[in-house]
Amino acid sequence: MSIVAVSFFVGIVSLTLVITWWASKRTSSASDFYTAGGGLTGWQNGLAIAGDYLSAASFLGIAGAVALFGFDGFFFSIGYLVAYLVVLYIVAEPLRNLGKFTLADMITARFNTAKVRGTAALSTITIVLFYMIAQLVGAGALIQLLLGIDYWIAVLLVGFMMTIYVLFGGMTATSWVQIVKACLLMLGTVIISFLVLKEFGFSISQMFTEMSTATEHGEAYLNPGLRYTDGLDTISMMIALVLGTAGLPHILMRFFTVKDAKTARSSVIWATWIVGLFYVLTIFLGFGAAAFVGTEKILAANPAGNMAAPLLAEALGGDILMSFVSAVAFATILAVVAGLVLSGASALSHDIYGQIIKKGKVSEKEQVLAARIGSITIAVISIVLALGAQTLNVAFLVSLAFCIAGSANLPVIIYTIYWKRFNTTGAISAMLTGLISALILVSVSPNVWNPVEGKAIFVGEPLFMLSNPALVSVPLGFIAGIIGTLLSKENDEKKYREVNVKATTGISVQDVSH
Amino acid sequence: MANQGNNTKVDVVDYDAIAALPSFKALVKRKNGFLWTVTAIFLIAYITLPILTSYTTILHQKVWGDITGVWIYSAGLFIMTWGLCHLYVARANTYDKAAAAIIEEYKQGGGRL
Repeated sequence: MSIVAVSFFVGIVSLTLVITWWASKRTSSASDFYTAGGGLTGWQNGLAIAGDYLSAASFLGIAGAVALFGFDGFFFSIGYLVAYLVVLYIVAEPLRNLGKFTLADMITARFNTAKVRGTAALSTITIVLFYMIAQLVGAGALIQLLLGIDYWIAVLLVGFMMTIYVLFGGMTATSWVQIVKACLLMLGTVIISFLVLKEFGFSISQMFTEMSTATEHGEAYLNPGLRYTDGLDTISMMIALVLGTAGLPHILMRFFTVKDAKTARSSVIWATWIVGLFYVLTIFLGFGAAAFVGTEKILAANPAGNMAAPLLAEALGGDILMSFVSAVAFATILAVVAGLVLSGASALSHDIYGQIIKKGKVSEKEQVLAARIGSITIAVISIVLALGAQTLNVAFLVSLAFCIAGSANLPVIIYTIYWKRFNTTGAISAMLTGLISALILVSVSPNVWNPVEGKAIFVGEPLFMLSNPALVSVPLGFIAGIIGTLLSKENDEKKYREVNVKATTGISVQDVSH
Repeated sequence: MANQGNNTKVDVVDYDAIAALPSFKALVKRKNGFLWTVTAIFLIAYITLPILTSYTTILHQKVWGDITGVWIYSAGLFIMTWGLCHLYVARANTYDKAAAAIIEEYKQGGGRL
């Protein structure tokens, strides 16, 4: 590794540690720890949402997928972006008006039972762990490639850093690490895209013309079909992407860091512009890598195509740009896993320990202590799982996390806010059915079973043919919510009127004052 | 504290009284009608893309130079996303005003017996 690369890495690590030190002095209450005291502005939270959302799967994964499969790689960019409309139109403002720290807070604003809270916390922790294993395994492999250090050291390094941010700086440190990462990621992406466009004479039309002959696929590169040949599988994946985002706990949690629904709204607008611009640029990253690095070299570095963006940076900007982009990828991973640790800890410490076990009778000091212990617990579990999963192909766990979020969380969120008749039985049925059906269907899917050894986790014929079960599990979650509701006589319209008034007007978000 | 939209502080909130206000019912109807109509539209526009690419080759045709229809459709989805974001903000600002008016009406004694 060169001096330049080392300096970029040390620079980023130092900057994030300074942020954490600064944030630690501002983190004393539970509200500070989980929501940065609710004091973020619209643009700050918008950047932090982008930093929380744009994972290494987005940056390195999509660039590689577009490079290798042309348009088929770009499907992800479209799904990940349009998902923000679901967040904005259906979820963001009611969530802000009803919740406090977690998704379970929002659902229990209507159904205040330990069962509902426990089920919501279980779903959150499941999503967080799957997402985290995928991120950490990816991070380990990537840093191994970028820095030439062993996988287990890389996982421990990332695991250690994320724990430090969350443990000492809580949501304030996590948010600012995400904001810095979003800026660095955009800077890196814009620079590479500019250089790619320059190679094509600053003409989009010229770029497409050259790309139609630049790869071995010829004109087929510019059309769908190189990777996704099964229609139902493609549609199912696209459903998971667009509906999953609005149920992802670490994204939902970000809406509690702003003071009111109006600020939540403006943060989604900021996030949508930044995330959207980034996804447009994934075209340049992918096309550039295909044209100026070449399929062979990309595949040789990493069969999944994850090295496409760093290799492109090297081809166009030399060692300095390559080092910068690698450091940005590192920052990207850190910001995402820190957000995941925090949302996992909130479910474990606030929902399960504070609200269910201690029934809400915990002092401020105990809450913060519990939050810190919860963060360490989530971090240690995911590091151990990631170390064990090194040789497994776990990239599909990211789309599984989206699928569970869309199947288990989204139906309950929507019914809680918009359906008068909905009740406790319906809420638990919807969450458990969505969660369990997604898990079972994936465990018998081609991601887990493949007749060819090494292609999946187990050798054998899959029982269920869709790689992503969203097409089945999302409707199951919604239907189970309806059936569960109708099977129970419970029907508290008075409570719904309260929820509806709060969600619609934002009244009582502030503490009642006397 | 002065009435400032969503930041209103109230002593005790009688939610049933607010929910019974005709102005509140009208706002909920107007707001939810808008949200779900637009949501249905963008979800259909979105899911039409993988349906078209999976079962037809209609988007494989070159539309502008060597740029094929599928890229144009995707660009449309991006523009739609940004456009609908701003449409939402414009509409939500009017809902904010309506909500503030409802809270004010409630504070003046509206809806309570």
